[in-house]
Amino acid sequence: MSPTQWDLPVELCCRPMAFVTLTGLDVVYNAVHRAVWDAFCANRRADRVPISFKVLPGDHEYPKCRPKRTSYEWYIPKGILKTGWMNKHLNLVPALVVVFYELDWDEPQWKEKQSECATRVEIVRQSLQGRNTKVAVVLIQKKTPLPPGEDVIASERAAALCNACELSGKSLFVLPHTDHLVGYIIRLENAFYEHAQTYYYTEIRRVKSHKEFLNKTTHQLLFVRHQFKIAFFSELKQDTQNALKNYRTAYNLVHELRAHETNILEIKTMAGFINYKICRLCFQHNTPLDAIAQFRKHIDLCKKKIGSAELSFEHAAWMSKQFQAFGDLFDEAIKLGLTAIQTQNPGFYYQQAAYYAQERKQLAKSLCNHEASVMYPNPDPLETQTGVLDFYGQRSWRQGILSFDLSDPEKEKVGVLAIQLKERNVAHSEIIITLLSNAVAQFKKYKCPRMKSHLMVQMGEEYYYAKDYTKALKLLDYVMCDYRSEGWWTLLTSILTTALKCSYLMAQLKDYITYSLELLGRASTLKDDQKSRIEKNLINVLMNESPDPEPDCDIFAGKTAQKLWADRISLAGSNIFTIGVQDFVPFVQCKAKFHAPSFHVDVPVEFDIYLKADCPHPIRFSKLCVSFNNQEYNQFCVIEEASKANEVLENPTQGKMCLVPGKTRKLLFKFVAKTEDVGKKIEITSVDLALGNETGRCVVLNWQGGGGDAASSQEALQAARSFKRRPKLPDNEVHWDSIIIQASTMIISRVPNISVHLQHEPPALTNEMYCLVVTVQSHEKTQIRDVKLTAGLKPGQDANLTQKTHVTLHGTELCDESYPALLTDIPVGDLHPGEQLEKMLYVRCGTVGSRMFLVYVSYLINTTAEEKEIVCKCHKDETVTIETVFPFDVAVKFVSTKFEHLERVYADIPFLLMTDLLSASPWALTVVSSELQLAPSMTTVDQLESQVDNVVLQTGESASECFCLRCPSLGNVEGGVATGHYIISWKRTSAMENIPVIRTVITLPHVIVENIPLHVNADLPSFGRVRESLPVKYHLQNKTDFVQDVEISVEPSDAFMFSGLKQIRLPAQAFYSYQYFCQATGSTHG
Amino acid sequence: MAVCIAVIAKENYPFYIRSTPTENELKFHYMVHTSLDVVDEKISAMAKALVDQRELYQDLLYPTEDCKVYGYLTNSKVKFAMVVDSSNTALRDNEIRSMFRKLHNSYTDVSRAFDNMVTSIMIQVC
Repeated sequence: MSPTQWDLPVELCCRPMAFVTLTGLDVVYNAVHRAVWDAFCANRRADRVPISFKVLPGDHEYPKCRPKRTSYEWYIPKGILKTGWMNKHLNLVPALVVVFYELDWDEPQWKEKQSECATRVEIVRQSLQGRNTKVAVVLIQKKTPLPPGEDVIASERAAALCNACELSGKSLFVLPHTDHLVGYIIRLENAFYEHAQTYYYTEIRRVKSHKEFLNKTTHQLLFVRHQFKIAFFSELKQDTQNALKNYRTAYNLVHELRAHETNILEIKTMAGFINYKICRLCFQHNTPLDAIAQFRKHIDLCKKKIGSAELSFEHAAWMSKQFQAFGDLFDEAIKLGLTAIQTQNPGFYYQQAAYYAQERKQLAKSLCNHEASVMYPNPDPLETQTGVLDFYGQRSWRQGILSFDLSDPEKEKVGVLAIQLKERNVAHSEIIITLLSNAVAQFKKYKCPRMKSHLMVQMGEEYYYAKDYTKALKLLDYVMCDYRSEGWWTLLTSILTTALKCSYLMAQLKDYITYSLELLGRASTLKDDQKSRIEKNLINVLMNESPDPEPDCDIFAGKTAQKLWADRISLAGSNIFTIGVQDFVPFVQCKAKFHAPSFHVDVPVEFDIYLKADCPHPIRFSKLCVSFNNQEYNQFCVIEEASKANEVLENPTQGKMCLVPGKTRKLLFKFVAKTEDVGKKIEITSVDLALGNETGRCVVLNWQGGGGDAASSQEALQAARSFKRRPKLPDNEVHWDSIIIQASTMIISRVPNISVHLQHEPPALTNEMYCLVVTVQSHEKTQIRDVKLTAGLKPGQDANLTQKTHVTLHGTELCDESYPALLTDIPVGDLHPGEQLEKMLYVRCGTVGSRMFLVYVSYLINTTAEEKEIVCKCHKDETVTIETVFPFDVAVKFVSTKFEHLERVYADIPFLLMTDLLSASPWALTVVSSELQLAPSMTTVDQLESQVDNVVLQTGESASECFCLRCPSLGNVEGGVATGHYIISWKRTSAMENIPVIRTVITLPHVIVENIPLHVNADLPSFGRVRESLPVKYHLQNKTDFVQDVEISVEPSDAFMFSGLKQIRLPAQAFYSYQYFCQATGSTHG
Repeated sequence: MAVCIAVIAKENYPFYIRSTPTENELKFHYMVHTSLDVVDEKISAMAKALVDQRELYQDLLYPTEDCKVYGYLTNSKVKFAMVVDSSNTALRDNEIRSMFRKLHNSYTDVSRAFDNMVTSIMIQVC
């Protein structure tokens, strides 16, 4: 039995196309013929008509047509469908034979050529005697033909040729081999296609015509056969709708056949074929649900048709093939654009195919377990004369026998034996694995990760059965983590058990140990006896001995494994295996916990390592080491117990390193942190636990960080959700779940024992040298060294503040931009216990607003921790927020010499500038002096002496000054004329002598200067006497370049008597002054 | 008949799983586990559509040749799965629904009562 016996025949799976043979073409030696042939068969795109062409010689012998049956009365069919039938109509019996012949219409030897052509046609006809195959003639011509009707000779000769060849005019074609060969060919083949369709149509009619002769008792098989043939011819005719209809009828008919153990295989085979055709056509018609429904029906109908029990594996093989074929069809349809979904995709069919393949293997295993002495029968009952079966699905030793009784039971027995023995050689695992991997590919595509994993497990197990342990292990190892991460322990245990067997059989030490560790752990659902066995084996392996074989292993493979293990023992080399536990669930759990989230550097760092074993028996470890991010601490955190290899299990309850199952063991570690690590995090990077020792084999379990393995996070979640009350334990024991890993701690500096005090008088005034007095007092018991002060603006505030804040220790000079905002590490020496020191700090703030100032004092002190002398650096800081305010407000105004408010001043006319300085400081201010710096455009009328020197201003008091100024004519200046600056030198009244004076510069406002045409100035005596004359002098000044007419009228008040001109009119020269006198006498009142 | 009943946590680890007959336990574990693919996909589809989940019953998840897996999703994303023998065609959809509802009710009561319910359903439908 060949492994491909169950494969569907190629002729069934292909798309049937009309078969047309081309004769008379010499495609080897004739270039023109070659070109014609190429045009037919090369680059056939989907838009060309579906024809399968074949070049055959003119005298080719086609299959003989059997003489027509005149009556079916005595005919008894021997089977449903002959194995050669489909191939015959696809590739042997053409629908049309085309005779190519080189002949031009103007051929001189026309007669001879015509008769040669007729002979060729005749030869073809002879060979096809009895068939309906059409014959056509194509004349290959050198000349381009004239349009029809114009060439009289051509029409005459064509008619003559048709006559000679007994052809209808429709079957004669002309092919000029000129430029447009492909175009001609396409027209030709379309004509051929029509002929072929007519042929298949007549074939269908012919088969249908047999029907009336059939009767239901003897011709049951023929009903199926004929229906199948009609459907198949319909397909060849490209009439897929009718093909589908006829296949459906055929399918129903095949199930109406009387089934018996002897013909069940034939029925199933044909049912399978027809089902395949139906499903294929349904997919082609884009009705996938019909295809699925048909397939389900097919499976339901055939599932139970097992047939002979001795050959039940055949049924499984057939079932498997049905599913596989449907999966292939489905997949093909998807490639052509069909959309599949998660719950309905080809994967399911491949999976089911694999399932039946597995069943086939199981059945074969139980049915074909013949003794080695059983020989394959001779002569081979599976051999036939022709090498193939006559009918699909029949037994080679009783072909064509329709009787349900086994005429020759002995022959039957031999046949069955032959099949069984052949089945034994089938590579079942290979078939199963191929199907599974097909399914995996599909499920991967349709987002079914778990299904994919499940199938991969099956693949792994199949590889295990096929003894390909490397591949098995690779697959199993790949999927294990999926089950582990989702916590499906039963499934994980099952996979691990297989993996352990594989690693045992290959004597893979590290894998063997890893799987053992996990199978002993809490994720394993194995029974205790199994765990005990595995633990014992693990101990054996660690003592450099061979483990006991795993149960249910192949005997032969087990023997090989024992040898391999023996070789491993003698092999020298590295016997230390480090196994990272983060990816699996070992039988020891570990948690590290620092006692506190931070430790002062002068106290020892303490942490506990908790260990718990889940294996059935107590186990002793040889070494525990903890690694830190600062490796210098590693040396302090090692526990090693000298024990011989064989003591692993002895004295179980003694010693720190012996773990009793289920009990939590706590190990305390202590070390003194390095002073350099102050401010840093100390982290446990890993915990290593060694099992076994260097003389045997040693396994180092490595926990990353502070413990925890692949199952820990899920367990934590479960524990958090659980409402279960934990039973009370004795005081010295803890619940494992309640231990929370704390793998890092901070080292912080020693608590300082000094006081830092700040003294100052807020708020600060803009630009002043503000004094802060820092007092540091030591309360330490010993001398403190290297006291350093860092003071100034606290970093991390607005960047502009840094630009506008300056700090110095020296108050005697004003600081400028070059001074820093923060003074760092000012050494201030040592301090004895109780001693105190004072430091002055001057701050200059250029802008108002609040600032935070930092005063940070650090020092060194010698102290001891755990009897170890250490130098600690301590520090204390103090922050203070200081508000800065303006010391005073300055108001400036312009008034006339009569103290009238001026919006603008007049050119050359004197006016007064008045300043008003109002103290805003809560503390008394001393104005040391003031100064007016005039702009070049201003001139002074008298001395510019300060009028407020050494004036002390309390809060809210003000100091004013007045200056008489004049502005020469400048023409019209846009925006006014600059006046100058007003500079005030001041300090706090309370400030010390040596504190520098602060100069505050105020820019005076611009003033608008206006030219006036006439200026009148009255010169009045400061007082007059009653009844005495009071001379009043008016100066009139013409400020323009022109002579002006001036009319003056004087209107004295009633209080005065008036003398002089009351009204005059005079011309005023340009830039000329007049004096005008008038005398008034009278009395003033009031 | 219900051959396997499982309760699965939001994170997809099994809270509870029991099957009968017990010799084929592994097969049912795999079956329930693989059916989570479909539930996961449904949950993510629901999240995408931003619709409130009203229907707790999740319908037939995976049909295989011999078994059918039905699913039920609670509001807290705890899943119930029930494997039913394919040959039992008498079992109607609403019967499965009501079994799930019973399971859900007892699950929300106490785990002990839940265990009894599983037993009773298994006996009832056997």
